[in-house]
Amino acid sequence: MVLGILQPSAGEIRIEGTDLARRRSQALAHTNFAAVYAALPGNLTVYQNLRFFSLLYNVTGGARRIEQLLGEFDLQALRNTRSGLLSSGEQTRLALAKALLNQPRLLLLDEPTASLDPSAADLIRSRIRAMAAGSGCGILWTSHNMYEVEETCDRVLFLSRGRILLEGDPKTLPHAHGAVTLEQLFIRLAREPLAAGSPSTP
Amino acid sequence: MKLRPIAAIALRQFYLMRGSPTRVLPMIAWVAIDIVLWGFISRYLNTVTSGGINFIASLLGAVLFWDFFTRVMMGVTMAFFEDVWSRNFINVFATPLLISEYLAGLVLTGVATSLVGLAVMLLLATWLFGLPFFSLGLLLLPFLLVLFLFGIGLGVLASAMVLRLGPASEWLVWPIPALLSPFVGVFYPLSTLPAWMRDIGHALPPSYVFENMRSVVGGHGYSGSGLLLAIALALLDILLAAWLFTAIHRYAVGSGLLARYSAESAS
Repeated sequence: MVLGILQPSAGEIRIEGTDLARRRSQALAHTNFAAVYAALPGNLTVYQNLRFFSLLYNVTGGARRIEQLLGEFDLQALRNTRSGLLSSGEQTRLALAKALLNQPRLLLLDEPTASLDPSAADLIRSRIRAMAAGSGCGILWTSHNMYEVEETCDRVLFLSRGRILLEGDPKTLPHAHGAVTLEQLFIRLAREPLAAGSPSTP
Repeated sequence: MKLRPIAAIALRQFYLMRGSPTRVLPMIAWVAIDIVLWGFISRYLNTVTSGGINFIASLLGAVLFWDFFTRVMMGVTMAFFEDVWSRNFINVFATPLLISEYLAGLVLTGVATSLVGLAVMLLLATWLFGLPFFSLGLLLLPFLLVLFLFGIGLGVLASAMVLRLGPASEWLVWPIPALLSPFVGVFYPLSTLPAWMRDIGHALPPSYVFENMRSVVGGHGYSGSGLLLAIALALLDILLAAWLFTAIHRYAVGSGLLARYSAESAS
């Protein structure tokens, strides 16, 4: 919905103060995303993908920005490799590089460490943290890995069927609700009647 | 509209063609086969008929024009299909790209690929069979313009259909030129057709090109008003197709079809 590919049934989405429904193009110019379900075209090389998306996002000085991101994400050696031939970790790095092309103010990351080994996932998390600290952009990160959320995020929201069940600081939230870890809290919430689709309301 | 996003769509197609001869070959192979086949048929008909009709000019010329229209249409739809095949809709439509910019990019790609096909056809038809293509003079411009505009309109319409009906409907696109050809009189005058087919033919811009081409080749001049009507009809087709594509895109966003496109269902 935040990316403008699914229309909300109610409410409005504002990105940097711009209404997505009324000024879609202007609102989306401030965003970008990386998601496992939206792999970049595998028949284009790493460089071609970045070039293609830099033009789509109307990035000024695109060539320079691409070189910068190729360096930041260790993709220089893979620049002429077709994206479909990359490993999961390499594809994630490419997706993140693409997601930063337009220096977004709002970055959406959907399970950015899914299917990565613990070492690669740790490296990706470090890069994202550094990126957030460096650019100051907001990051909306969806994840089922509660250890990752606890370690990386400033604020967590538990959603079920379009409703916010709980929100707060992932480091203090478990204790405030009688759980030892965020994962334990997640499991408890997931098994509550509301999360399972009961008609009861919070 | 901004130039960079439009260039992106065309550049992506260029990258794909540069790295894949199988994408380039069909642009050349089909038109070359058509020209060679119809060139020999025309040459044979010239030897067995005595009516003074130059079949090279009328028949082979018609094939060349029809293939040009087909290449324009396919050029637009092929660029769209690349997004279908690579499941790229979410990546593309989550950018600030406007629908008008996307369609302009598809058209730019269609222009480039159809010009390659046209050059190959002209080379073969004039060199192998002596087609007096340029004897049509300045009339070539409106003829090509009508076919070009109608090809764009139909390409956008076909893309809209695939966006609405899902990836499998791609197979409904390929036969569209063949389905239209009987109605527009590529090889025969519209007067040959029964009234209901003739009425449909009059609503299709290419009919005016083929009627006028036969008339000019037969030494009977051309209908300027007919060609103007054809250009107006083709422009109207483009506007309608672009409106339909935009409406279907809006529906696809509203219903969730775009986000779940590969599932071929919104629910």
